[in-house]
Amino acid sequence: MRALPFLLVSILVAAATFGAATLVGNSYVFFAGYVVLQYIVLATAWNILGGYTGYVNFGTAAFLALGAYSSVVIHKTMPMPIPVLIVIGGLVSGIVGLGMGYLTLRLRGSFFSIATLALSVVVQTLIINWDFVGGSRGAYIVRPRTTEYFAMNYIEYLFLVMLVLSVIAVFTARCIERSRLGYGFAAIRDDEAAAEASGVPTLKLKLLATTLSGAFMGMAGAPLPYYVTYLDPASGFSLAYAVNAIAMPLIGGTASWLGPVIGAVLLGTLQQVATVTISSALNLLIVGVILVAFVIIAPNGLIGLVRGKGRGMKR
Amino acid sequence: MDFSFDLFGNAILSGLLLGGFYAAVTIGVAISFGMLDIVNIAHPAFIILGSYIAYTANSLLGMDPILASLIALPAFYLLGMGIYQIYHVSFERRGDEALRGLAFFFGLLFITEVALVLTFGVDYRLVEARYIGPSIHIGPIDLPLRLLVPFIVSLGLIGLLQVFLSRTFLGRAILAVAQDQEALRLMGADPIRIKRIAFGISIATASVAGAILIVIQPVEPSIARDYIGRIFAICVMGGLGSFPGMVVAALALGIVESLTSTFYGPSWTPAVGFGFLLLTLAVRPAGIFGR
Repeated sequence: MRALPFLLVSILVAAATFGAATLVGNSYVFFAGYVVLQYIVLATAWNILGGYTGYVNFGTAAFLALGAYSSVVIHKTMPMPIPVLIVIGGLVSGIVGLGMGYLTLRLRGSFFSIATLALSVVVQTLIINWDFVGGSRGAYIVRPRTTEYFAMNYIEYLFLVMLVLSVIAVFTARCIERSRLGYGFAAIRDDEAAAEASGVPTLKLKLLATTLSGAFMGMAGAPLPYYVTYLDPASGFSLAYAVNAIAMPLIGGTASWLGPVIGAVLLGTLQQVATVTISSALNLLIVGVILVAFVIIAPNGLIGLVRGKGRGMKR
Repeated sequence: MDFSFDLFGNAILSGLLLGGFYAAVTIGVAISFGMLDIVNIAHPAFIILGSYIAYTANSLLGMDPILASLIALPAFYLLGMGIYQIYHVSFERRGDEALRGLAFFFGLLFITEVALVLTFGVDYRLVEARYIGPSIHIGPIDLPLRLLVPFIVSLGLIGLLQVFLSRTFLGRAILAVAQDQEALRLMGADPIRIKRIAFGISIATASVAGAILIVIQPVEPSIARDYIGRIFAICVMGGLGSFPGMVVAALALGIVESLTSTFYGPSWTPAVGFGFLLLTLAVRPAGIFGR
């Protein structure tokens, strides 16, 4: 499929999703759906770096929280509409991603991963000590019942915003996959030294992937304060974001844009159901166990299982 | 902040003691990451597991936490061998350490943490022992025993391992596998077996590290994450796999953290380790003692 038809189809799918959610008419569908959509963006963003170039980012929560806290700061100084917040959150997280990448990506891949893991702790420390955004007590965001432009229910509006964002993220990921850029990324993943020797500008491409990936995570986080209405460091930096962002692409399959989407929809929905029916701690345990089971038994994810082991690619 | 020399001296001293403890926490990663090139980010979670075992033995049986950790040592060793076996078969042999191997350890970290939350809850737990509480006073300097005992245990552990690695046949084989796995195979030794033993030892140290952690401070499951930055900062700064380098780096980090905590407040300390890590990676990735 070419890029344009793909975009049209994804918009149609998104419109159908929104239509179906409206038909159900229960606002819980929008609440739960928002979380699943947020995970589609996070998983896709993670996969741009992790799946395409093979560099593991453990700091999803930090990038998400940077976007979310940018929104808190703006909300407290001069409130702006959510699409603007998303752009700003994306910029902030993208710049941090670039900085992290610049410091660590010239070294072995594991150094980058360790640094991202530690990044969560540091950004959380900064936020806890920053009283303006509520410190460890957290920040309250009072959101209106309806939006001013379409007189739309606010939660439906947030759902729609996240839906659009997930279409943009998935479309971007697919464009990268089929472009020279994507082949460059894949070359880095398969053999970085060989890629460098063949004239692939590896550092530049890795920095681009880190920036893009971080930016999408920040964008996903920007509307979060308005969704939860109360944001504290413990929930904003929850390890659940990091583990889900890794588990979803690995369960779906990291080689293509479809893997993170499948993983996010399956695992996201499962968790929404499990949180209501079982307990939220136990359902995180389930995610961890599924992640470990999948990396051991099905290294190519669900997509790899469907395509069959013999014929499938090595990754 | 008014500066007092007593305060400064005490901060330096408790930093030194704290640093000795950090060395014990790091030694497992110095073996797995530094020598075997296995990025075991789940190591801090096993340390916390060790803390909870010491806590359970202490609260139910009234056993000394450090003694309890020595009894649990063989179990940790076997756990480590088992984990290495899975890691080797599923990732190392397939050449898939980078992406899926890391995700595997991240999953283990997560599972251990959530399992501890489900079993013990999120309250802080602490242990009781005779050396927790009293201090030795030398002039204006206070030497709290709850820091001094872990410091001695830690240095003892590191000394023992250093002797093991440099004097025994098995220890030298571990150092050899860190240098050249293929050469070891040519000498007729099985590198996988050696690595399995070495990884078992690295996890076994988590038992002792966990016990002295809960002697020093109350423990709850999520503090494992605070230690990831610290451990890897020390490990990288000390020049992967070098024990003397690791001890010096650990003492340095302990002192800087203690000064930060005394003069700026304890809520800033988690950021210090990470600052160290980034600085090391940016300026001298081979570590201060690196080749």
